[in-house]
Amino acid sequence: MADSLIEMTAAETARKVNARERSAREIVDATFEHVRRIDGEVGAFLTLTEEIARTQADRVDARIAAGERLPLAGVALAVKDNMCLRGTQTTAGSKILEGWNAPYTATAVQRIIDAGAIPIGKTNLDEFAMGSSCENSALGVTRNPYDAQRVPGGSSGGSAAAVASYESMIGLGSDTGGSIREPAAFCNIIGFKPTYGRVSRYGLIAFASSLDQIGPLARTVEDAALAYDAIAGHDPMDATSVDVPHESTATNLGESLKGLRVGVVKEYRAKSLGSAIDDVYAKAYADLEKLGAEIVEIGLPTADYGIATYYLIAPAECSSNLARFDGVRYGLRIEGNDMTETYDRTRAAGFGPEVKRRILIGTHALSSGYYDAYYLKAQKARTKIAADFENAFGACDVIAAPAAAAPAFRLGAKSDPYSMYLMDYYTIPVSLAGLPSISVPCGWAQPEDGDAEMPLGLQLTAPLFGERLLLGAAHAYEIATKHSKKHSPRIGSGVVGRALGVS
Amino acid sequence: MSVMKSAPATGGPTQSVGAVWEAVIGLECHVELKTQSKMFCGCKNEFGGEPNTKVCPVCLGLPGALPVPNKTAIELTIKAGLAFGSEIPRFSKFDRKNYFYPDMPKDYQISQYDMPLCKGGVVEFWLEDGSRGQCRLTRIHLEEDTGKSTHAGSSDGRLSGSTYSLVDFNRAGVPLMECVSEPDIRTAEEAVAYLETLKRTFVQLGVSDVKMEEGSLRCDANVSIRPAGSATLGTKTEIKNMNSFKSVRLAIESEITRQIELLESGGRIVQETRGWDEGAGITHAQRSKEEAHDYRYFPDPDLVPLEFEAAWIDELRSNLPAPPFKRYVRYVDEYELPTKSAAQLVENPVWEVLLDGAVRRGVKPKSYANLLLGDVAKKQNEEGLSEPVATFTIPASSEFVKLIEQGTITSKAAKEIFPRIWSGEITDPAEFVKREGLAQSSDRDEIKKFVDEVVTANADAVAEIRKGKDRALQFLLGQVMKASRGKANPALVNELLREAIGGG
Amino acid sequence: MASPDLDVRYVAKLARIALTDEEARTYGVQLADILGHVAALNELDTSDVAATAQVIESRNVERDDTLVPCLSRNDVLAGAPREQGGFFRVPRIIGEP
Repeated sequence: MADSLIEMTAAETARKVNARERSAREIVDATFEHVRRIDGEVGAFLTLTEEIARTQADRVDARIAAGERLPLAGVALAVKDNMCLRGTQTTAGSKILEGWNAPYTATAVQRIIDAGAIPIGKTNLDEFAMGSSCENSALGVTRNPYDAQRVPGGSSGGSAAAVASYESMIGLGSDTGGSIREPAAFCNIIGFKPTYGRVSRYGLIAFASSLDQIGPLARTVEDAALAYDAIAGHDPMDATSVDVPHESTATNLGESLKGLRVGVVKEYRAKSLGSAIDDVYAKAYADLEKLGAEIVEIGLPTADYGIATYYLIAPAECSSNLARFDGVRYGLRIEGNDMTETYDRTRAAGFGPEVKRRILIGTHALSSGYYDAYYLKAQKARTKIAADFENAFGACDVIAAPAAAAPAFRLGAKSDPYSMYLMDYYTIPVSLAGLPSISVPCGWAQPEDGDAEMPLGLQLTAPLFGERLLLGAAHAYEIATKHSKKHSPRIGSGVVGRALGVS
Repeated sequence: MSVMKSAPATGGPTQSVGAVWEAVIGLECHVELKTQSKMFCGCKNEFGGEPNTKVCPVCLGLPGALPVPNKTAIELTIKAGLAFGSEIPRFSKFDRKNYFYPDMPKDYQISQYDMPLCKGGVVEFWLEDGSRGQCRLTRIHLEEDTGKSTHAGSSDGRLSGSTYSLVDFNRAGVPLMECVSEPDIRTAEEAVAYLETLKRTFVQLGVSDVKMEEGSLRCDANVSIRPAGSATLGTKTEIKNMNSFKSVRLAIESEITRQIELLESGGRIVQETRGWDEGAGITHAQRSKEEAHDYRYFPDPDLVPLEFEAAWIDELRSNLPAPPFKRYVRYVDEYELPTKSAAQLVENPVWEVLLDGAVRRGVKPKSYANLLLGDVAKKQNEEGLSEPVATFTIPASSEFVKLIEQGTITSKAAKEIFPRIWSGEITDPAEFVKREGLAQSSDRDEIKKFVDEVVTANADAVAEIRKGKDRALQFLLGQVMKASRGKANPALVNELLREAIGGG
Repeated sequence: MASPDLDVRYVAKLARIALTDEEARTYGVQLADILGHVAALNELDTSDVAATAQVIESRNVERDDTLVPCLSRNDVLAGAPREQGGFFRVPRIIGEP
């Protein structure tokens, strides 16, 4: 049945397609059928790439027939629309790039396609990846598959929603301050941000160059590991991509946490998130212990400065990265009497409010007379934050913390910019330190303003280049607790997913 | 390294109109590097071609594109600095210079702000009158070039009055070295000499073609004046739009004159940018901006820092050829060649090896220099070469020149022998001359015999000469040459003839 | 740290974004609020550390001086808002950069 096809994990799909029990073409057809049925409500996709998908599916089937084995054969893939895919509209969720066709493909996207994955479409995002709810998209609204009145999280909200609602098996997202981990937590799936430099940024529309990373969203840790293995590795087209040997993570997915020291942050523990949520995390730490881990209390004294640091560095870098959107060579142009007026009008019309806010703050932080006090100061604070983590890893192997301070909130609930920034409180310090980090479903809680339980994510973080250890630990926790199976997506729930019960 | 204080050229203070003024000039040059590919991508670095045909996502500034620095460009820039004695700091980095302009693909330029590749250094030069001067370098840094805009809709293609512009990004991303000098230059002539030194040095190193017509060298001048002997700087203007060395000289001279006239008539110099108008022969003030640019420099987060090992820098330094100025100084001081000859010899670095080799073999520097500047230069020209053929050897050419020095062969014979030295056919000229019996005689007694014979046989001619008719001397000379079957040294014949005839 | 006075109009000019009076007012307030929060960094003593240049300790990442195929001119000009004779056409430019 078509439904069972789309419910498969990426690992299962690749196994079946490689064994020629299923064809990539079948998977693709079933996927588009499902997408057509439910995406009107979910709103995950800005563009569907049917022709590319079918061509690629046929190519994969041909390669398999010729004897090849592809790690992600036939796997339905959602690509966040800030990644270039040649021949597709690539918008970054912005009016300023609406209608722009990318003439080249991002390295990470090319690699996962070469590994057999089939691009289903480009997904919605907060404009230029700036946001934590997907509400900053200028081109569409995406809803949380577990509650259509709630946000899917951001900025990789579209990819998260696509994976959570079975519209794809793997989603590629990007994470700058939490944009993979937070939507994963909101949508009951896995979201993984690798160490900075592990995955090429070539072809990823830049937001904050020293923080951006591409990573996978998936329904299982094993799937995330497979996707990561396909995209990771040095790229000569990206000078910040590290030339460090890539070790396979999909082959280190264990079941025990014996001998693992898990650090719990005392400053975080001291902040109550509400009793229901506190209980979920307390249980999560207890479950880690049951699996053999030793819980260790660690300190991150500068964690509180993460947001202030991030909201100087990221806007500064983006104010420069977004200068190229000027109406000269591509994208929107609103002509004025002269070039200066043209710049001013084009950018006024093309950028949304959050993007403008960040460009303005960033420009200010770099401007003459303010550079030392703002940008330079923030980069020094960053050094301190990174040092805190390094120090903490002296006493533990991975750090456990909430992925977000609360479950998914309602669309339109957060109108104040700074309150939105606080959603990334736990994920931002990790990004500033460049560490690999993953969000794994760890339970459910009733939001303050609703009845139906919404998912929560446990954020696990490892030292630099510790992906193998990290995914191994995440996998053990995942298969032991199976929190994601408790509820099915409520959008399209008549068609997919059956509650499988808690084990 | 020690930095010598600059000394004005011996030309002294410039154009004085009543009071005595001193001009203070600094030059800022942009030099396109001669690499195969662009600074941050693999597109072709080549002048000309159809617009927008040498462009990729990186140099077009497409969303998602990233820069990766060209290793050779970095090395060439360091070599350029080393050639002038710059310090190469251990660490360097790239910074973003943020501003909007349609020929800027990213609306920021990747450049270097506070950690340039090269710091300090001295550019030494000679002037036409043989005097020498120098100008200190502030720094040399590496950056990427912009695209090129042409302005349409106006009558003269100029920016003001145009209604639209057309942009070509072929040049965007070409590696560019920015050389900033201290304001040590004092005359327009010095400025040109400075530029010529840059050109000569960079061409020799293979760093750049340095062609102003093709835009591979662009130059802006900062010009101010002050009373001679004053230590404070006057208000400076920035002069742009000079498209040749000649323009540079004319523009600077014009601006100095303008500033002197302005000050002497009680006016004030305004700090501004002025464009050189070659047709009118003057500079025009360009529309000044309300405020200076705030470039918001910050380290480019897409690039990682550069770190240079001292051992690697030392090796680069030791492998550099002697710079043109040092060769010039040797030719004049050590070889005592006239400054004009030295200046010409310097244009061909390979000639230094030949000249040194010849001198080691006992040839007089001046004699060998004459050969290089004469026959060798002519041959190179004819054959379209930039240096002598491999068959033209030091031993053979040295011996050849010695034969000329000693008067062993006539200039006529030399002219016939030279091509065969060039082609390598004759490797032992002395032996060849002996074998062919081409040696001209400088034997006084032998020649005196011929002279006496001819004088005796041509009494009428002798009488004419005594009367002052010099033309007959030529005739007698010819007769002696005939009698000696061309072997007599003509200079000697002349001398002995005059002796024999008496008077003259 | 400098006082969080933000001249929105000046900054918008640097960033080449036209603002209505309404927007200048609104953004002014919002940004002052954010900068107020950011001022917390003042409390952190950073005198003993260097600024982070890069999270990863890389040096000297370079490419060889070799040619790589470029984009076809079609691809280059395909997205051009206005094209003329192979060039990108833009409205008149006031002043040198």
